[in-house]
Amino acid sequence: MKHAKTATQNACKLCNPLGACLAFRGIENCVPFLHGSQGCATYIRRYLISHYKEPIDIASSNFHEETAVFGGSHNLKIGLKNVSKQYKPEVIGIATTCLSETIGDDVPMIIREYKQEFKNGSPMPIMIHASTPSYMGSHIDGFHAAVRATVKTLAEKGARENLINIFPNMVSPADIRYLKEILEDFKVPYMLLPDYSQTMDGGPWGEYHRIPPGGTPASAIAMAGRASASIEFGSTLETSKSAAGYLEEAFGVPRYHLSLPIGIKGSDTFFTLLETLTQQERPEKYDDERRRLIDAYADGHKYVFEQKVIIYGEEDLVVGMTAFLSEIGITPVLCASGGKSGLLRKSIKELIPNMEELGIKVREGVDFVDIEDEAKLLKPDFLIGNSKGYTMSRKNNIPLLRLGFPIHDRFGGQRMHHLGYRGTQELFDRIVNTVIEQRQNASSIGYTYM
Amino acid sequence: MEKITILEGRQKQIFEKKTGAEQLDISCDTSSLSGSVSQRACVFCGSRVVLYPVADALHLVHGPIGCAAYTWDIRGAVSSGPELHRLSFSTDLQEMDVIYGGEKKLYHSLIELIEQYKPKAAFIYSTCIVGLIGDDIEAVCRKVAKETGIPVLPVHSEGFKGTKKDGYKAACHALMKLIGTGSTEGISKYSINILGEFNLAGEAWIIRKYYEKMGIEVVSTLTGDGRIDAVRRAHGASLNVVQCSGSMTWLAKEMEQKYGIPYIRVSYFGIEDMSKSLYDVAKHFAERPDIMEAAKQVVSEEVKELYPSLQKFKKALTGKKAAIYVGGAFKTFSLIKALRSIGMSVVLAGSQTGNKDDYARLKEMCDEGTVIVDDSNPVELSKFILEKEADLLIGGVKERPIAFKLGIGFCDHNHERKIPLAGFVGMYNFALEVYQSVMSPVWQFAPRKGVKI
Repeated sequence: MKHAKTATQNACKLCNPLGACLAFRGIENCVPFLHGSQGCATYIRRYLISHYKEPIDIASSNFHEETAVFGGSHNLKIGLKNVSKQYKPEVIGIATTCLSETIGDDVPMIIREYKQEFKNGSPMPIMIHASTPSYMGSHIDGFHAAVRATVKTLAEKGARENLINIFPNMVSPADIRYLKEILEDFKVPYMLLPDYSQTMDGGPWGEYHRIPPGGTPASAIAMAGRASASIEFGSTLETSKSAAGYLEEAFGVPRYHLSLPIGIKGSDTFFTLLETLTQQERPEKYDDERRRLIDAYADGHKYVFEQKVIIYGEEDLVVGMTAFLSEIGITPVLCASGGKSGLLRKSIKELIPNMEELGIKVREGVDFVDIEDEAKLLKPDFLIGNSKGYTMSRKNNIPLLRLGFPIHDRFGGQRMHHLGYRGTQELFDRIVNTVIEQRQNASSIGYTYM
Repeated sequence: MEKITILEGRQKQIFEKKTGAEQLDISCDTSSLSGSVSQRACVFCGSRVVLYPVADALHLVHGPIGCAAYTWDIRGAVSSGPELHRLSFSTDLQEMDVIYGGEKKLYHSLIELIEQYKPKAAFIYSTCIVGLIGDDIEAVCRKVAKETGIPVLPVHSEGFKGTKKDGYKAACHALMKLIGTGSTEGISKYSINILGEFNLAGEAWIIRKYYEKMGIEVVSTLTGDGRIDAVRRAHGASLNVVQCSGSMTWLAKEMEQKYGIPYIRVSYFGIEDMSKSLYDVAKHFAERPDIMEAAKQVVSEEVKELYPSLQKFKKALTGKKAAIYVGGAFKTFSLIKALRSIGMSVVLAGSQTGNKDDYARLKEMCDEGTVIVDDSNPVELSKFILEKEADLLIGGVKERPIAFKLGIGFCDHNHERKIPLAGFVGMYNFALEVYQSVMSPVWQFAPRKGVKI
């Protein structure tokens, strides 16, 4: 059957503003605000809720026909006023949409005017503006744009501090908690952004919180320009688009740019960097984690060796996962992403120089129909990626191991680990169990020991 | 606890029923207030939900990727045959398309997709920026229709051009173009169309069976388990039975005007309204008393089976309080009655899109002290849930985490439900779901019970 190629079918990406909303949720006392139609905010809320199972208020400037004709300035100002009044936020994270970008609203100017007009009112929230037109890039670009805009708005000059900035990329709340634990164990002051570990995965409420507790305080972000180093995860994240890149350029804070630390080698690189930066050995607990992981690799190696998988998702996740999979002998026969940075192949090649020899194929800018076409030829043993691969997984009877975002058809996606020795351990256990379950189900004998 | 205040521009959209209170003059049918975090969606959303269940049509979203991505397989609208509606198609407009126009991309997308999937028709949804860059969607649709020989229907659903209701209307407009193009040969005089029933979890099949047992022919369900050919011959039915009044009344009125088909409004939720929806159809065909007899038979059989099974739930739930916040007001009426039949009272009732008449009727139905809201938001909903000490919230996905955070039960009465809540069997499922959520022992740990967290 000839496949239509012009249209995107079953997209393997989401739109720019979604990433920005998630990133803004990682700032303390911040309300994400979309400058566009009501639908954008509502759809994105619904989508995030299905994964995180947390209330997510995203305000909207709620464009009408007149707004589109005469510009969004009036609506944006009313919206900011209403959000300020009802939520009393310390920060409002404003992201644009395709609509406001196309009509050419000058958001920074509107914000300046707003501040001027209402300067004598109640306390003025800090306003961060990220340009996130949906017709460019994908959700991950919106995520990074918001993080960079936040740092750009808040970071200040000053004397160097013993402080490490850490920009973990779009990872799970559990991953963020783990990173914080590591940095706390190293006893080094840090500024992690965005920190939605509590806002997107918190406890019950005795009373209603307009804005859930948690997140990186604006005052902490202000210190980012005085840090001694920034660690930033994400191989395909270019300096010009990254928060750490900005801090290096504007304040001379050195940027240490790593791939997502998944697998032993990836995690070693991260821990070694922390040891170098803090001038101290890693705490024993992490050596233990590493030892247990190596032991698990040994116990499980036969199940996984020469298994073929297709891995898809955000490019940086794909790179990190590919490095991990190749160190346990699994061949990612296809590394696919709906993103289109132009750097996916290069980033994988850097970590796995013999990728061609191993039969690793890389494709950017694909949708799930493209991936399905590839799957028919490549015949992978299973798929690794978010819930959106389920349609093709079911249709083609290929098991799916779920990770990343979004996970809409399983429980606990927000509590899933991916990073470091602990995350790798969890992933390795799940991968081995996927293989075991497959074999057990396929066996006519019904072995009770596998 | 910090007192939650209501935004100035929102005060007219909230009303509390009290003796001696002033006349209800709730302000509704307005667009949402900027910055108020409405639970509403947009015009596109309205069109998309109405047409979504048409299973043998191609649904192409013309715009950047978001609108298609967020509506991919989003609803539990099931099909007995083709499942083209469960795939997501987008022209995925890029910066260059925005600058130079997206018509070519739309044209090629359509030609290729129609060749690949061979749909019976195609719906082309315009999104926000299509309304700005000035693509001539009509022209592209005409051209593709001519070349492929299938109806290619533009749906003018630019997100900012009105509210969700305008989206309903745009969808109905597209449907109107199809209705009347098929043969009505062989359609019984005792026939109906079911409008505004989307076959979530197979609900349309349940309803259809009741009518068929009464000897009524169902010509077309709009749009649950929908097929283009069935839509084309919908004008052959003698009566339109409209559920979800918000989305389909416009279509019913158009069909009345153009084809002289009368319509009635019904609801399939709860014993009372479900029974009435069968009786009302039977009344319409009064010359055939056997139809009424059959309706009575259906109701009596179903109720006989259902009633005893509800008693366990009623016993447990009597005295519990519910808050309702759903899309259409008409559903709220049924839910109030359904909840009463299992012993529960309603302390908050509201909708995203109700009109003045709806709210007047709601006021009639509600008990003293009930709060009525139009186009509410999480802050308000939480305020009233806590103040009124609700034990249950009925809503959609966006409302669910509010309930769970505050430690109360929740019932999803929106498009994503996987269990049928319509019909008599639906009433059982509804009671069961409410019971299982409200009576769960997990709430003993909820902070609202005074537990320290």
